[in-house]
Amino acid sequence: MLRWIRQQLGFDPPHQSDTRTVYVANRFPQNGHYIPQRFADNRIISSKYTVWNFVPKNMFEQFRRIANFYFLIIFLVQLMIDTPTSPITSGLPLFFVITVTAIKQGYEDWLRHKADNEVNGAPVFVVRSGSLVQTRSKNIRVGDIVRVAKDETFPVDLVLLSSDRADGTCHITTASLDGETNLKTHFSVPETSVCQSVSQLEALQAVVECQQPEADLYRFVGRITVIQHGEEIVRPLGPENLLLRGARLKNTKEIFGVAVYTGMESKMALNYKCKSQKRSAVEKSMNTFLIIYLVILLFEAILSTILKYAWQAEEKWNEPFYNQKTEQERNSSPILKFISDFLAFLVLYNFIIPISLYVTVEMQKFLGSFFIGWDLDLYHEESDQKAQVNTSDLNEELGQVEYVFTDKTGTLTENEMHFRECSIKGTKYREVNGKLLPEGMTDDSPDGSVAHLIGDEVLFLKAVSLCHTVQISYDQPDLPLGASDPFSHVNGFSSNHMEYYASSPDEKALVEATKRIGVAFTGSRGETMEINTFGKLEKYKLLHLLEFDANRRRMSVILQTPSGGTVLFTKGAESAILPFATSGEIEKTRLHVDEFALKGLRTLVVACRHFSPEEYMDVDKRLTAARTALQQREEKLQEAFDFIERDLQLLGATAVEDKLQDKVQETIEALRLAGIKVWVLTGDKHETAVSVSLSCGHFHRTMNILELLQQRSDNECAEQLRRLARRIKEDHVIQHGLVVDGASLSLALREHEKLFMEVCKNCSAVLCCRMAPLQKAKVVRLLKTSPEKPITLAIGDGANDVSMIQEAHVGIGIMGKEGRQAVRNSDYAIARFKFLAKLLLVHGHFYYIRIATLVQYFFYKNVCFITPQFLYQFFCLFSQQTLYDSVYLTLYNICFTSLPILVYSLFEQLVHPHVLQSKPCLYRDIRKNSLLSFRTFLYWTVLGFCHAFIFFFGSYILMGEDTTLMGNGQILRANRQLMFGNWTFGTLVFTVMVITVTLKIALETHFWTWMHHFVTWGSIAFYFIFSLFYGGIIWPFLHTQDMYFVFVQLLSSGSAWFAIIIIVIICLSPDVFKKVLYRHLQPTSTQKSQQSLSAPPAQALSCMESLCCYQQGQSGCSRLASLLDQMTGHCKAGASNCHTSSRCNRSWSDTETFYSNDRSILTLSPIEGTRC
Amino acid sequence: MTTMKEEGNYANRPSNTAFTQQRLPAWQPMLSAGVVIPGFLLIGLAFIGIGVGLLITSRSIQVLELDYTGTETSSPCYQCTMSNQSNCVCKLSFSIGTLFKGPVFFYYGLTNYFQNQRKYGVSKDFNQLIGDVSYFKSPSSDCQPYQRVNGKPIVPCGAIANSMFNDTFKLYQIINGKEELVPFDGKGIAWWTDYNIKYRNPDYTPLKNAFNDTEKPVFWTKPAYELDTSDASNNGFINQDFLVWMRRAALPNFRKLYRRITEGNYKDGLPAGNYSLEISYNYPVISFEGTKKVTFSNVSWMGGQNEFLGIAYLVIGSMCVVMSVVMLIVYAKFRFPEED
Repeated sequence: MLRWIRQQLGFDPPHQSDTRTVYVANRFPQNGHYIPQRFADNRIISSKYTVWNFVPKNMFEQFRRIANFYFLIIFLVQLMIDTPTSPITSGLPLFFVITVTAIKQGYEDWLRHKADNEVNGAPVFVVRSGSLVQTRSKNIRVGDIVRVAKDETFPVDLVLLSSDRADGTCHITTASLDGETNLKTHFSVPETSVCQSVSQLEALQAVVECQQPEADLYRFVGRITVIQHGEEIVRPLGPENLLLRGARLKNTKEIFGVAVYTGMESKMALNYKCKSQKRSAVEKSMNTFLIIYLVILLFEAILSTILKYAWQAEEKWNEPFYNQKTEQERNSSPILKFISDFLAFLVLYNFIIPISLYVTVEMQKFLGSFFIGWDLDLYHEESDQKAQVNTSDLNEELGQVEYVFTDKTGTLTENEMHFRECSIKGTKYREVNGKLLPEGMTDDSPDGSVAHLIGDEVLFLKAVSLCHTVQISYDQPDLPLGASDPFSHVNGFSSNHMEYYASSPDEKALVEATKRIGVAFTGSRGETMEINTFGKLEKYKLLHLLEFDANRRRMSVILQTPSGGTVLFTKGAESAILPFATSGEIEKTRLHVDEFALKGLRTLVVACRHFSPEEYMDVDKRLTAARTALQQREEKLQEAFDFIERDLQLLGATAVEDKLQDKVQETIEALRLAGIKVWVLTGDKHETAVSVSLSCGHFHRTMNILELLQQRSDNECAEQLRRLARRIKEDHVIQHGLVVDGASLSLALREHEKLFMEVCKNCSAVLCCRMAPLQKAKVVRLLKTSPEKPITLAIGDGANDVSMIQEAHVGIGIMGKEGRQAVRNSDYAIARFKFLAKLLLVHGHFYYIRIATLVQYFFYKNVCFITPQFLYQFFCLFSQQTLYDSVYLTLYNICFTSLPILVYSLFEQLVHPHVLQSKPCLYRDIRKNSLLSFRTFLYWTVLGFCHAFIFFFGSYILMGEDTTLMGNGQILRANRQLMFGNWTFGTLVFTVMVITVTLKIALETHFWTWMHHFVTWGSIAFYFIFSLFYGGIIWPFLHTQDMYFVFVQLLSSGSAWFAIIIIVIICLSPDVFKKVLYRHLQPTSTQKSQQSLSAPPAQALSCMESLCCYQQGQSGCSRLASLLDQMTGHCKAGASNCHTSSRCNRSWSDTETFYSNDRSILTLSPIEGTRC
Repeated sequence: MTTMKEEGNYANRPSNTAFTQQRLPAWQPMLSAGVVIPGFLLIGLAFIGIGVGLLITSRSIQVLELDYTGTETSSPCYQCTMSNQSNCVCKLSFSIGTLFKGPVFFYYGLTNYFQNQRKYGVSKDFNQLIGDVSYFKSPSSDCQPYQRVNGKPIVPCGAIANSMFNDTFKLYQIINGKEELVPFDGKGIAWWTDYNIKYRNPDYTPLKNAFNDTEKPVFWTKPAYELDTSDASNNGFINQDFLVWMRRAALPNFRKLYRRITEGNYKDGLPAGNYSLEISYNYPVISFEGTKKVTFSNVSWMGGQNEFLGIAYLVIGSMCVVMSVVMLIVYAKFRFPEED
């Protein structure tokens, strides 16, 4: 129980020992001194709450929010002391807000519970007391032997004991864990693999020792001790022996395994990550505004309290004869009175902090984010994937992006590799129609090419077809007639149904290429790999596999050739192999590799090494020793690999093409026009990266490309940076692009961050190559924390992009071929890079405008609401008399004014989406959080105060001292000549306010659907109907009936109607006037494009005109002469403006395809280029 | 079969509806000069028209105000402001030059009097006022310090009731040196709903019995059941003067309706002539620097005299016209390039 509590609270104590000992089938040793270790059960808990802790825990979570806590305090103050309003006025809205949030969270948790129950209740088969028992997944304990059948997922982390295959292997796919769809072979140790039946397993005596659970999916260190005939046999265990929970068994009938990590300790569960709490810029400004309002509130309360006492200093005001104090009041201490008065004012004015702001924002984000998933333009038909929203907290941040960091492979490119060329022994070859042609030869020689392949070429092809981790799936599509031969996979290797599965698309492309050329990899069975070399079947025995890792950047296989020799084939990045090559055409190959890279191809170098039997003995020994080591296994393996992979004989190099994704160029161009700087961060070598950069429009041919490459020392690096900075200064008209490599970058970042940042900021495009994943994140962080604090967006598809995706303000995952890890860790996921344009330019823009107006409006309407109440205090001796009735106070934010703004914030469209997308410049209008700038905030707040003054004093002057506003011949005949009391006065102010505030948001709305009409007019109508109803009944539970018939009386006065109309008009007409003036005197480009909605496409230039120094009169660029006049007239004044515009123009002319219908731009651009 | 397959292939395809694609049919109004200028002009002209109408209406209303606080020695009520003057009566003479058109309303007014104080406002017991006798014995604690006197509960309790205005007025027209009483009509001066629904007397006959063992408010000279002994329907809690007083004024300077002049010879108004107002001066206002006054006024369809509305409409109307002219200039000079 205690343990459970601690677990719940999240500080489970660390395990005592470094390893755990698992007795297979829980057969503990007989010699009594064994203390069983305690392990978690196999229950997966992703839910946050249980039925009975939901209320307290959820309450606790919610009240940790400052705003909620504030209202709780106000509520408690109201309960404790005598305050002007009843506790209900703040209690009910608070209750409403808390309930709405709790319902939402409860629903989400209920979904999690359902999912958990499904997982935990799934039937599994466990070997217990000699037989196979069916039980539920949650009942599996550590040490249980679990049976898993084909195509089932593993319910727990298992060490494979045996499979139905004789060699004890099985195939699994880990698609749901890391997204890799290839088949992976996992192994069992020979001693246990023989136990293929329950009875044999019953006799098995074995102990597994392994490390304590850790999250890394690819690390597992352990050993198994099998006791056979009283003899202990120790075998090492590695990740290839471990079957992870969540993975799926493939191609294998059944397996048995022993559970080692259960439930929340399984690697899958450990990889559940708490989403990092990213907060958007809007939310930050919102909090700032809240604090400002809190200050206003405190100021008003303190001022009122002081004035109250200043007033009361005179006896005649303090205690007039008609309003004597009680004894108790006279005798209470002045300090206590002061404090309680202060608190009472606080309560009176507390609504200035908009209570429903948070809940409305939350609802807006939650509901609004559906539009991204629903958008057909973000739906990728080929892969049947729509955009996915992982967090709705950042919707508006999409409209604020200033830097985009993008991965290259799989993000800008398809990650669909095609073998193009290779270099063998210093000769370049191309693949043409399934044949390998040496450089210079054409395809005219009829089918003779096969014969041309000589020994070196064959060896190269064999190396390529053998050195990989590709799996073959023989699974044929389910033919209904049973036509498929169940044994076809035994003898049908040449079958066309076989398909390669590889974790790396490069490998797959290479193996497929060699198959086309004639050396086909036909499968691996157990430890033999088979290839079909021009019709001849060859079997190689796989002795060792030296896996790929990011540090070595190469992989190797050690094979026994059919002729009995031992050979090592290795394949990897040229930088990882060429230095270790001792023979072969090293220089020529290096040259070819560079040539390939220049063409934007991905290169790999292939080499081999022959071992003598003695050498192999040594190698084998080292490898086995390293692999079985329990301590520092990785380091030892590294050592062994380095020892083996040297003295290589260079065979050649391959070049694989990765096609660019559709519309990458247009997208990058659009982003640039939108004022977003695009940085490409890639692991590729610099030549490849530059060429891809050029082809995708990231770099232009007109750009001056600066390089910061291969810096070895600090000083050198600093020197180069300074040189670059100087060059930029000298030549500030032309655009600059910067290429940095990983090593230089780390040098630059270590000492010269400022200098580097300066260079970067002046470059319109930056390309970082040879980047390690963590370096990517570092670059993002560097930009993020630079003085301007720009909003960054990172987009990538692979596991290596995860750190940068998490680091950036907005992380976007591409649903690509490299698994779903990036998608899972991202905030938004899209299928293709090109969707980024719409996501940012349209959705981002909309969300930003919507939420910014929402936030500002909320503050505005609460200022309007509470300021008259503050003003009223000046006329009632600061006695804390409320102006409005309690019910109105309570319902103002919940009912009367809540829906129009919510509907606005969900559906507002300032400009048509097409316009936003075709004029990326409009994105600049909202940059730097412009709608939530202090100026705008001030505008809304002052507007709120002004309106409040007009409401109050308008009503005040109207009532004056003459409270007779009723004429003769009224609707209700008896009601002639009546007085308006204080409640009628308050209701008049309130009525005017509800109408004005609702019409104010109506003025802001540019997009009126039926819903807008419904909620806008509906809100006003509801207010009237509600007030009539509320005032029309003597309410049985209410203490006083102050509002009885007040509203009817008000409405039956003609003067009141005239007053309502005039006050509303007074409030709104200056606003309309201001809007029109601004629209015509200083139109933003957004407003301009609103104007030209129906304008022909040639006028799409308007946004550029706003950047340029060209303002009035002419339409488009038809009149070049007058344009030139304008340029000479105005351009000098705004040189910087012109600079931007020239950039704009040049890039436009480069993207002819994008704007090809706009001929005027094409004619304009060279002229402008020369002018500025 | 094929459609099934296609659907299967595009299982994730978002539905193509106007709602999901944010393509709902919408009206997209644009606040541009072209729309706003005529709008403003129209509103402006209409408002000027309304303003003129309102102003004329308001001007046609006759108002006569007479201060009778008596702070100045020349005031006939000066002697009543001296302390310890009970049942002080003073007479105020005035004359009306032209016919004061009827119906004429007669108000009393107070200044610097804060009926809108919070403590004052809550100081009443609604249950008493709807005639619930059980609350006669135990008035609400809100009424403090006007809850009990000498251990006996006060009915009606609380500060508002206690401080009820108790000056009374009689108006005489002086015809040929003789005083002729101008009849006052005290009915229907309170809200109909207050009189008929909100306030109720306890169901006792005589009413007095309901008030056994209770005390009248300390400032009152007579108990609630004797407010108008001549008319049972104007007595107790539904006494019109009481109801008028109980409806608190919103602001410190206020007027409350006292009587209407609708009967007899004065049906058409007060004819020109000399008048004398007999005031029984009871209510103290000097202590808080207040003033007392009476007002004669007739009303139009829009109520009493109120210049504000007319002026406001005129000002806003002309401002709208001015703004539309400014916008017109701006529009002519700085229209968008695209708007050619």
